[in-house]
Amino acid sequence: MENVYDLKNVYKVYKNDGKEFTALKDVSLTIKEGEIFGIIGMSGAGKSTLVRTLNRLEEVTSGTVEFYGKDLAALKPKALREVRHSISMIFQGFNLINQRTVLQNVEQSLKILGTPRAERKAKAKQMLEIVGLQDKANQYPARLSGGQKQRVAIARALAVDPKVLLCDEATSALDPKITGEILDLLKKINEERKLTIVIITHEMSVVEKICDRVAIIDDGNLAEIGDVKEVFSNPQSKAAKKLVFPSNPFDPSDENGKLVRIVFDGTQSNVPFIANLVEKTGLKVNILSANTRSVGGIGYGQMIIELPANEKDRKTVIDFFKDGGLSVSEVKEND
Amino acid sequence: MTDYIRDAILTGVWETFVMTFFASLFSYIIGMPLGVLLYSTSRGRLLENRPVNFVLGLIVNIARSLPFLILLVLLIPFTRLLVGQSIGTTAAIVPLTIGAIPIVARMVESSLNEVQPGIIEAATSMGASPFYTIIHFIIPEATPSLLQGGAINVATVLGYSAMAGVIGGGGLGAIALQYGYYRYQKDVLWTTVTLLIIMVMLIQEIGIWMSKKNRKT
Repeated sequence: MENVYDLKNVYKVYKNDGKEFTALKDVSLTIKEGEIFGIIGMSGAGKSTLVRTLNRLEEVTSGTVEFYGKDLAALKPKALREVRHSISMIFQGFNLINQRTVLQNVEQSLKILGTPRAERKAKAKQMLEIVGLQDKANQYPARLSGGQKQRVAIARALAVDPKVLLCDEATSALDPKITGEILDLLKKINEERKLTIVIITHEMSVVEKICDRVAIIDDGNLAEIGDVKEVFSNPQSKAAKKLVFPSNPFDPSDENGKLVRIVFDGTQSNVPFIANLVEKTGLKVNILSANTRSVGGIGYGQMIIELPANEKDRKTVIDFFKDGGLSVSEVKEND
Repeated sequence: MTDYIRDAILTGVWETFVMTFFASLFSYIIGMPLGVLLYSTSRGRLLENRPVNFVLGLIVNIARSLPFLILLVLLIPFTRLLVGQSIGTTAAIVPLTIGAIPIVARMVESSLNEVQPGIIEAATSMGASPFYTIIHFIIPEATPSLLQGGAINVATVLGYSAMAGVIGGGGLGAIALQYGYYRYQKDVLWTTVTLLIIMVMLIQEIGIWMSKKNRKT
């Protein structure tokens, strides 16, 4: 599969009143054609800056951003505007023209492209049908709900038949139910049109639900990148662990107590491990926290347990879990 | 009140209307692009250009800080050059226009500043040129605010037009000055003042009505 994006050693430094702030540090990654690529990180991590380098709303300080092999930084203004017709974008704040009707808003992207009036209108109507808002064509955005506004924005973005859709926190202003509907729509469009989608979000659930691959951005660095299933079942970096595993809210019950995290990678989620442990070894463990999530239909889980006081018993318990194919890691304070 | 004065007042209303209308029109023809330029060349905007913005801002600020009465006198030679005379209604339109341009420019700039930056970002991401973005995204989005500012500007020009009476500009201001002030005819003075108030209120109401009708939010 062809690479849509090829980022090499991208740095972004902001200078403000003599002070320097590095928003992106040596980010290299590729985005493949037809995939839904998630970029996740805490707010302020640099993910919004990163997505804006993909259509050159932000200039990179050093490094290159290649779009189908073309270095975006090398493009003259006119050529850049041409390329931007293939890179659509939707935003957290929808960014519709409030003084224009829904239909006029959708037409706008085609108008910039220079599509003749009649063709433009027909295409805009067709796009509104795809997002399910054909009956709202002559309304003004103020009369629409947040989810409907984002659908209009999606119709506007897709009307020009782009190669990529960039979504900058596109569902962050919406409630969970509407978020689900918008994500379903994006997934449908991805499958039907083979459209590459890049999603910026701070919500794990968004990535879990529709992304194929994910990059985790932490303090301007690319902390981890890989298939969503791999990253979420077995996170390697500290930033990824912090996102995937909620922080442990409890201390051990006594000073010498020891906590471990056991992770189920989906294949063993139907085995009653704790019950088996008690039955086979007679040793008891204290469960401090546990959760499961479904990634692509497979259940992943993690559990934080407190081990018995005795060193020998601890080893027995750890070996029991390891033999069962679970990953076991010690939980330190503030982990 | 004699018929003579009544006719004079009616003529004055007409002259005031003519001066206000044309001065407002011309001041927008020049002030609107100037306001757009002030907005778009300022820091972080589409056509950011610090030197241009600084020079334009300086000119506008100087023009705005000149009292209008001084401007009226200062501009007499320029007016004579432009329209061949320095008294009368037509002549008064020249200083009125020039006095209103910087006010219009600043008003337009402030209306455009209210437009959400996200809309501009969306336009840019769609491949719109800065010029296209201004015409098709920023100005439409600022229209209600521009109309409201327009009403304030026209009312200001109307107020200034009364001052033009001092240098023989005609209109209600001239009548108030001649009959009310120099001849102590209080009834004429109050009639003209009342008429001016009514005209300002009408303009303001029309402006607000148009702005509301256009506001889709």
